[in-house]
Amino acid sequence: MTHQTLALPADEAQIRALRVGDTVTLTRTLFGIRDATQIHLFDRGRTTRFDLRGHAVIHTAPNVRKVPRSEAHPAGYESICIGTTTSARMERFTAPLMARYGVRIVIGKGGLGAASSEAFQRYGGVYLAIVGGTAALETTWIEQIEDVDLDDLNPESLWRFRIGEFGPLLVAMDSHGGSVYERVQAETRARREAVLAALGARP
Amino acid sequence: MDLQLVEEAAKELYIRALKRLPPDIKEGIARLERDETDDTARSVLGTMRTNIRVAEDNDNLLCQDTGVPIYNVTIGAGVAVDGLALKAAIRRGCERATREHPLRSSIVHPLTRQNEHTSCGVLVPVIHVDFDATPGALTIEMIPKGSGSENNSFLKMAVPADGVAAIERFVIDCVVEAGGKTCPPTIVGVGVGGTSDLCVWLAKRAATRSLGTRSADPDAAALEAKLSAAVNGLGVGPQGLGGDATAFAVHLELAATHITMNPVAVNMQCHSARRARATLTAAGVEYGY
Repeated sequence: MTHQTLALPADEAQIRALRVGDTVTLTRTLFGIRDATQIHLFDRGRTTRFDLRGHAVIHTAPNVRKVPRSEAHPAGYESICIGTTTSARMERFTAPLMARYGVRIVIGKGGLGAASSEAFQRYGGVYLAIVGGTAALETTWIEQIEDVDLDDLNPESLWRFRIGEFGPLLVAMDSHGGSVYERVQAETRARREAVLAALGARP
Repeated sequence: MDLQLVEEAAKELYIRALKRLPPDIKEGIARLERDETDDTARSVLGTMRTNIRVAEDNDNLLCQDTGVPIYNVTIGAGVAVDGLALKAAIRRGCERATREHPLRSSIVHPLTRQNEHTSCGVLVPVIHVDFDATPGALTIEMIPKGSGSENNSFLKMAVPADGVAAIERFVIDCVVEAGGKTCPPTIVGVGVGGTSDLCVWLAKRAATRSLGTRSADPDAAALEAKLSAAVNGLGVGPQGLGGDATAFAVHLELAATHITMNPVAVNMQCHSARRARATLTAAGVEYGY
């Protein structure tokens, strides 16, 4: 288990070198994406002007304040609170994000499932777990809202953030089929029987 | 009752709830961190503790999810208030918090998905009105209910022949099913009895009760203790990454039910178990948890 700093965008070899249990701190750029963003990208035929190849997307819809465009706020938005939402709802978008847009890293909470794991293995990607519900801290890792696309979907726009040191984040799913969530879920299902027996509540 | 005061309180409560965790929840996180045996889980709980401090230091929101705004109003004895105007004042306060802070409006029309950017919509904010015997006081409890935990809500109309074991099994299976999606450690709220809608509402009330409180019914309180220990044997852990701290506690609320029915509902509250309270009297407004 190692810790490393990854400047984005990253290439396939850098991503394939990551293993479940490693920790990563990201620098430079991060894209925010969410349910509506991906519904519009993949179900409604819309496209983005952003180049996401080799990049990381984070499952988020931030709290922002609209401000006049300036050097400090080039997109006309000041960040208030940026955090991470539950990833599971967006499971079916992992594969097209990687295949069509070349995304290599998905950041979220709660984990993704088997289809995403297959996509990570096939295209070379990872899922990085952030601690959900710790947005005040996460906000301090983001320096600026650099740009925004698909902003009619606000707050579920496609956001481009400039980041300082974003992390540490845990590699929870890797490109070799490893998944902390799959392991914990298997253990939990195994423990369920013993827990029910102790309660005297077996079917 | 001065409705301008109610409007201001409704606004202030939403913002306060989003920024400061109640002391019982902060103590709950510290307790779980102290007792945790898994290294990753302990580190996750430590990050949650750090986040609470950063939110306080920076006067920022704890979590980006502004939730579904819920206002629980309790009208004490001898309080004269125009009910319709009271609800309108709360709604204005909720909208003002959203525009003036500003906050992310997380509320959309369920079919068109249109966001009015007011945190309001049809029947939202959710406003419950109840009564108690406190003389001259109107209290408003505000709960911004996060969607990660709310999306894991369950109802089962079990049958009487399956008894209490059906309730226990259902609670365990809901916690297993929810895994890390609810942002654990959670407060697992269980509703037992009533009609289907009452049962689900009781589960929400249980999930949003302060830590350290127990059900007023002795049988329910015993079941709370038994289930609290049981869920923490499942190994889901903080954020579903494994560990001991799956839940702060299991809370249970009950209502009488029909001879043919055995309803059980589960609603969970995430680790950022936010709530704020205002007590309005002739002397003014007092804020707390």
